[in-house]
Amino acid sequence: MDKGKAVMGSGRRWAVDFTDNSTTPSSRDIPDPPGFYRASQEQDDSAVTKQKKDAEANWKSQKAWEVAQAPFKNLLMMGFMMWMAGNTVHLFSIGITFSALWQPIGALQGVGKVFEPYKDTLGIWKLNTLGLLPTHVSDWVSSLPPAKEVEYSGGGMPLR
Amino acid sequence: MAMAIRSFLIFLFILSLTVPTFSLHEDQVGLMDWHQKYIGKVKHAVFQTQKTGRKRVLVSTEENVIASLDLRHGEIFWRHVLGANDAIDGIDTAMTKYAITLSSGGSILRAWNLPDGQMVWECFLQGPSDSKSLLFVPTSSKVDKDNTILVFGKGSLHAVSSIHGEIVWKIDFPSESFEVQEVIQHHDGNTIYVVGFVGSSQFDVYQINAKNGELLKHNSATIDGGFSGEVSLVSTAKLVVLNAARSTLLTISFQRGEISFQKTYISDLVEDFSGMAVILPSKLTGLFAVKTSTATAFISVSSEGKLEVVDKIMHATFISNALSISEDQQAFALVWHSDNEIHLNVKQVHDWNSDLLKERIKLDQQRGLVHKGKVVWSREDGLASIIGVTTSELPVEKEGVSVAKVELNLFEWLKGHMLKVKGSLMLASAEDVAAIQGMRLKSSEKSKMIRDHNGFRKLLIVLTKSGKLFALHTGDGQIVWSLLLNSLRQTEACKNPTGINVFQWQVPHHHAMDENPSVLVVGRCGTGTDALGIFSYIDTYTGKELKYFGLDHSVAQVIPLPLTDSTEQRLHLLIDANGQAHLYPRAPEAVSIFQRELSNIYWYSVEADKGLIKGHGLKSNCAGEAADNYCFGTRELWSIVFPSESEKIISTVTRKSNEVVHTQAKVIADQDVMYKYISKNLLFVATVSPKASGDIGSATPGESQLVVYVVDTVSGRILHRMTHHGSQGPVHAVFSENWIVYHYFNLRAHRYEMTVIEIYDQSRADNKDVLKLVLGKHNLSSPISSYSRPEVTTKSQSYYFTHSIKAIAVTSTAKGITSRHLLIGTIGDQVLAMDKRFFDPRRSVNPTQSEKEEGILPLTDSLPIIPQSYVTHSLKVEGLRGIVTVPAKLESNTLVFTYGVDLFFTRLAPSRTYDSLTEDFSYALLLITIVALVVAIFVTWVLSEKKDLSDKWR
Repeated sequence: MDKGKAVMGSGRRWAVDFTDNSTTPSSRDIPDPPGFYRASQEQDDSAVTKQKKDAEANWKSQKAWEVAQAPFKNLLMMGFMMWMAGNTVHLFSIGITFSALWQPIGALQGVGKVFEPYKDTLGIWKLNTLGLLPTHVSDWVSSLPPAKEVEYSGGGMPLR
Repeated sequence: MAMAIRSFLIFLFILSLTVPTFSLHEDQVGLMDWHQKYIGKVKHAVFQTQKTGRKRVLVSTEENVIASLDLRHGEIFWRHVLGANDAIDGIDTAMTKYAITLSSGGSILRAWNLPDGQMVWECFLQGPSDSKSLLFVPTSSKVDKDNTILVFGKGSLHAVSSIHGEIVWKIDFPSESFEVQEVIQHHDGNTIYVVGFVGSSQFDVYQINAKNGELLKHNSATIDGGFSGEVSLVSTAKLVVLNAARSTLLTISFQRGEISFQKTYISDLVEDFSGMAVILPSKLTGLFAVKTSTATAFISVSSEGKLEVVDKIMHATFISNALSISEDQQAFALVWHSDNEIHLNVKQVHDWNSDLLKERIKLDQQRGLVHKGKVVWSREDGLASIIGVTTSELPVEKEGVSVAKVELNLFEWLKGHMLKVKGSLMLASAEDVAAIQGMRLKSSEKSKMIRDHNGFRKLLIVLTKSGKLFALHTGDGQIVWSLLLNSLRQTEACKNPTGINVFQWQVPHHHAMDENPSVLVVGRCGTGTDALGIFSYIDTYTGKELKYFGLDHSVAQVIPLPLTDSTEQRLHLLIDANGQAHLYPRAPEAVSIFQRELSNIYWYSVEADKGLIKGHGLKSNCAGEAADNYCFGTRELWSIVFPSESEKIISTVTRKSNEVVHTQAKVIADQDVMYKYISKNLLFVATVSPKASGDIGSATPGESQLVVYVVDTVSGRILHRMTHHGSQGPVHAVFSENWIVYHYFNLRAHRYEMTVIEIYDQSRADNKDVLKLVLGKHNLSSPISSYSRPEVTTKSQSYYFTHSIKAIAVTSTAKGITSRHLLIGTIGDQVLAMDKRFFDPRRSVNPTQSEKEEGILPLTDSLPIIPQSYVTHSLKVEGLRGIVTVPAKLESNTLVFTYGVDLFFTRLAPSRTYDSLTEDFSYALLLITIVALVVAIFVTWVLSEKKDLSDKWR
């Protein structure tokens, strides 16, 4: 009963209006079927409109915050994943590192540019800890062929 | 994240398709390996013609193999390879079920079961002195009667029971120098006659009771003029010998122990006889052969002892023993060769003019059987005695060249792939599995006669002791061609030619693409180091001898130089016994190339018996009468003299001249760098104290020590010296990149040990500035000279090892990137592959985390032997002597050829096949997967479209 009262109390839930308030009544001879509101959206009840606008603003600010926080969350997530992946070069850590490198580039058109530089450096930092950046002597000499020898010597025991 | 998962899944998918090739699965045997069984050059053969069962021939060979062969097909029923010091002196059969062998200088008598080759008994014979040995198995009519086997060995005559191998009796002859020539059984079977010589002029006959060894009678006679040693027994009571001057034949009759002589001058029998005669070894009744300088004369002996020449053959001839062809008839064969053909003549013993068979066979070093004038089978048993191995590329595929004999059509290809898919999806039935296996083994791919993309197909050029050169295909081991070298054939000028080794002569790849590659065979006329040399060039595509000639100097060393001329012929330097150098090819171009490098070319000689290593430089021309443009004199630069009372050189090893090393840096933990000291001019020398140079156990630990050196062969500088107290040889070593691994016996620990030495360049160690390296301001690629005396450090570590070994080698790959495996030929004639990581001097008991990541294994006192890492899997390479590794074109793979009495070839991937998909990779499965995915995408797309539409309608 309470429910019913509340429903009743909140005012009219629905109504049938038989008046033709179509925008172009002259074009129509046949009346709209019962229950059909032509351009009911446009006929904004001022209260409803306000309510809707408030909700929309709320939702928008909420979304904005989400968007604003997303890079940070991503950052945390990425940091966690990188920590989980460890510092050895294998399939998983490579994948994660490359996704970390790729994400900032992919998200360039997006929002929250504040955190982008950090994300990028995070990827590079990860590359370095994985030893994939050529910052060591070994990276520069490991492909050097052995030096040529000036002299040549052969021989051995006499052939039997 | 999603991307990571995606890539991970893709990798998982790919990984699931590749098969790791670290060890072999049962069904992979024979896919890339082949094994061939041989027995070697035959010394003795006994035809065993059983009434029932398959006919066999029992043979013993120079490789100390005893084998039973199928007389119809030439297959080996069974065979045993005796030890290297266990040479076979004689074989025979006893009681028609045992094969009897006498070996080790007449001291070991063994009986083998004829059908399956199991050893039945073994008997060790002892005697007062070393002597000629003789095996005599009396014939017996009854099969199961216990015959006694008579063996003359170690100076005494033994009678051994053929059932149990017990010595029944033994006689020591009164005269110690008595050499038994023949043992003859008397008709009654109870008496045996033993005839022989004492010294060179006394002839003795002993009459012995066969039952108990009682000496019944002894007669002796002296002949003035003496004997030459060769004997031919022409009847049970008659011998023919030559006198010491080799001009008179003596017929000796010893009927009932009484000795009588009869002299015949050879010049009376053979006209125009001069010089020396030789009695050919034969055992024919009433017939023997005498070889003179001009011909071989066949002489019949009548019962009265009258000699008569029945025939003369103008060539060197060999005579077989007599073989019974019926109850009272015996046949024998004559073999001689002339004009590239072997002539075979089978005759009856009593009737010279009856030719049972007259045959000409093209000359070849095969052992074969002629049956009714047709070669029934032949075996290439020269391959059991390989003395040199090299490789050659196959021809490149060209238009119009018919390539494969059997090309599969599309349908068969599809069918094959469908079978493979079934196999990989575990849907295949037993027949399908067999069909898949058969298909893989018979793959026509691997035996094609053209070069392949991966460089797996090559020709192995092997030189055998008999002077025959073979080209073996690496795919299936087939003999592509074989050639009996004309240069290694006996001629007037070159009496006793022997091959030394085979070298790559011309490997066309840049300038001379149109020319065929060729190899060089170096030999010498005779056995001494001062014998004149022989040169021969062979085209490896056609197998023809291009050119051959005798050299006017001896060959002590052959040094292939790192220089080639405009036709890609490699320059070779030959050092003769006088220490003079001769340059080949003999062309002005080669001289001008060589002159430019003359001052940087050195050579060294190791004189093991003098304990001396000498280094030499070259002078622009040589002294003496041999002076020409291609001869260069040498001067001694340095010498290392080892103290003869404490050190004796037992082994020297150097790096392979064609080894490729990828990098000079070794990256260790924390991205630090060590610079390897990579030089081709290094020599590893191992010496032992002279007392300990014998067998293991001949010296006490206190008096034996092993000293190893690493010597620079340009400057004579000793880079490293280490002493192993209480250790002794034999030392087997391998030298690769900057490391040496060697194997020896530790007398104190009673175990074999292996030690690794790694040499690092300390003078380059300060190249640690990244910026300088980025800008290229470093001295790492500047040429190095041995005279700059680079500072080196060595690291070393030792481990126990279970096996004694016969040979050791290391895998080699095209670019030297792939990690290396050591290939160890074990005493059990198998090849064990061991990762070089086991031989790392930086191993410690508790490696740090970063060292573990680097791949350093925790140190253990002994090296683990993993059964799966035997590359020969279940096979044995009997009499293993050498392991040769050849790089394939595909970096991850290396080809391994192992030779001994048997041959074995396989392909290894020490770091797995990281650069290509395995051959087992199922392309069909991949295709099907892709097609299925595409279909699935379309189906789901259509379904989702439909769903969207219906959603919109709702």
